[in-house]
Amino acid sequence: MLYASLKDLSAALAQRKISSVELTKLFLERIQKTNGALNAFITVDSEKSLAQARAADERIAKGDAKALTGIPVAHKDIFVAKDWLTTCGSKILSNFVSPYDAHVIERFNGAGAVILGKTNMDEFAMGSSSETSFYGPVKNPWDKTCVPGGSSGGSAAAIAARMAPAATGTDTGGSIRQPAALSGVSGLKPTYGLVSRYGMVAFASSLDQGGPIAKSAEDLALLLNVMAGFDARDSTSIERPAEDYTLDLDKPLSGLRIGVPKEHFGEGLSADVGKAVEAALAQFEKLGAKRVSIRLPSSGLSVPAYYVIAPAEASSNLSRFDGVRYGHRASGYRDLADMYRKTRAEGFGAEVRRRILIGTYVLSHGYYDAYYLKAQKIRRLIAQDFVEAFKQCDLVIGPTSPTVAFKIGAKAADPVRMYLNDIYTTPANLAGLPAMSIPCGFGNGNLPVGLHITGNYFAEARMLQVAHQYQKATDWHLRRPAGIQP
Amino acid sequence: MPLSLQEVQRIAELARIGISDAEARGVRSQLNDIFELIGQMQRVNTEGIEPMSHGQDMKLRLREDIQTERDRRTQFLAVAPEKEQGLYLVPKVIE
Repeated sequence: MLYASLKDLSAALAQRKISSVELTKLFLERIQKTNGALNAFITVDSEKSLAQARAADERIAKGDAKALTGIPVAHKDIFVAKDWLTTCGSKILSNFVSPYDAHVIERFNGAGAVILGKTNMDEFAMGSSSETSFYGPVKNPWDKTCVPGGSSGGSAAAIAARMAPAATGTDTGGSIRQPAALSGVSGLKPTYGLVSRYGMVAFASSLDQGGPIAKSAEDLALLLNVMAGFDARDSTSIERPAEDYTLDLDKPLSGLRIGVPKEHFGEGLSADVGKAVEAALAQFEKLGAKRVSIRLPSSGLSVPAYYVIAPAEASSNLSRFDGVRYGHRASGYRDLADMYRKTRAEGFGAEVRRRILIGTYVLSHGYYDAYYLKAQKIRRLIAQDFVEAFKQCDLVIGPTSPTVAFKIGAKAADPVRMYLNDIYTTPANLAGLPAMSIPCGFGNGNLPVGLHITGNYFAEARMLQVAHQYQKATDWHLRRPAGIQP
Repeated sequence: MPLSLQEVQRIAELARIGISDAEARGVRSQLNDIFELIGQMQRVNTEGIEPMSHGQDMKLRLREDIQTERDRRTQFLAVAPEKEQGLYLVPKVIE
């Protein structure tokens, strides 16, 4: 049961081979046994989870079950959930028990899923290693001296270690896909606007998007069916008819045109990663896809543009954390301004403070045009690259990350080196396109390599179909870290 | 152009984040590395390019001007650090 697909778990629940209470207990025990070593969860609350599981069992007994009824799902601690501690990995929210549910949580509750716990993450989702959390770093289940990627590293590690059958994440510059790649699991960042951000703690609002992390593309499709949908409370939520993302999974790949961008196979790409990605491309050709060489000439500027836009928007979004309405407030201050300064200096970690400073500077008087406006123009160029590319191909495929997982602490003192991890993932956020990562082999240190698939707007069903066909022909996504086998 | 220590302190004050001189010195060199990375943007000619402000070019929706939220004052105040008689408490601003 720990290793079963969501489809199989759903069938087992429907046939009463297992109850939701039993299944939830199984994963809670698993978390209890492994979380000490991995630090993937910030909050686990068995009582709350089991109450939901009992309700799910009643619903199944009444014949009222949906696809995910009774299935435990781990949520990134960026989604607020009523009566659950929701910290966003930060000291400033370390005492915040949410009075309401995020839209994504409402959707999972409505589907009868069980909240299994809240997963660890880089503070305010700012990071590519899950090391900046106030709750300490997450360890990679494949090698506990390595990072799991970030910022949704807790969710990715939880799936890799089979501590949860499904999880949620968020992706502002790669925070679902990069940890999925480094932890050897599957993750999808949907088209901007497909999943509501209501109740998802805001980082950079023109880029933020929630999505699923799971063992396979098929599981991602089932999760996206629940997560996607219009919500008037998010002003960027898109009104469009609901799709069933599982419908096309079994269609063959013949005729598929895969665009391979030259720019993502050049300098900076580690040879072991390049080799695994090349092998995956050959596999796609075997499955009937055609390879097309494309150019994304502006994509090299995605990291500089991203590290202007994201901090700028973060500096504005994070101004709400002032110690007045919720969260941590410093003790001992002279006046209101002193309370703000002390609260924010104590409440935010070093990386978050650094990004707020960058953002404040690029938005300050006299610098706006040179930085923020310039970055938005480059963003247009990056988006136009994809418009041109999708005239020649259906999907763009390349590596998710330039290297496999790196050692904990290796890049923590050098922000620029850390930021360059995001070179292949930030273009999709800047353009608003859907993108995903699936396991495609192993590189140095026997660590997982991720394959990055970018689609056109709302091409999620096509991407999931292509990933599913690949996963039917390969077994990379079924491999498990040796240390976590029972 | 590299940031001076005074500029780092000025930005921290704008952001309402307390910063010591020692911290400001450490942050300054990291910020300068980051601005060197960001500076790569200046190599590209972007004249006449329309800035892109969102993940998709979309129009924001309009809605009827009616009340949509119910009163949740009690729940929302419950998580405040200091409150009294249904109000948030902050240090005195006017003597």
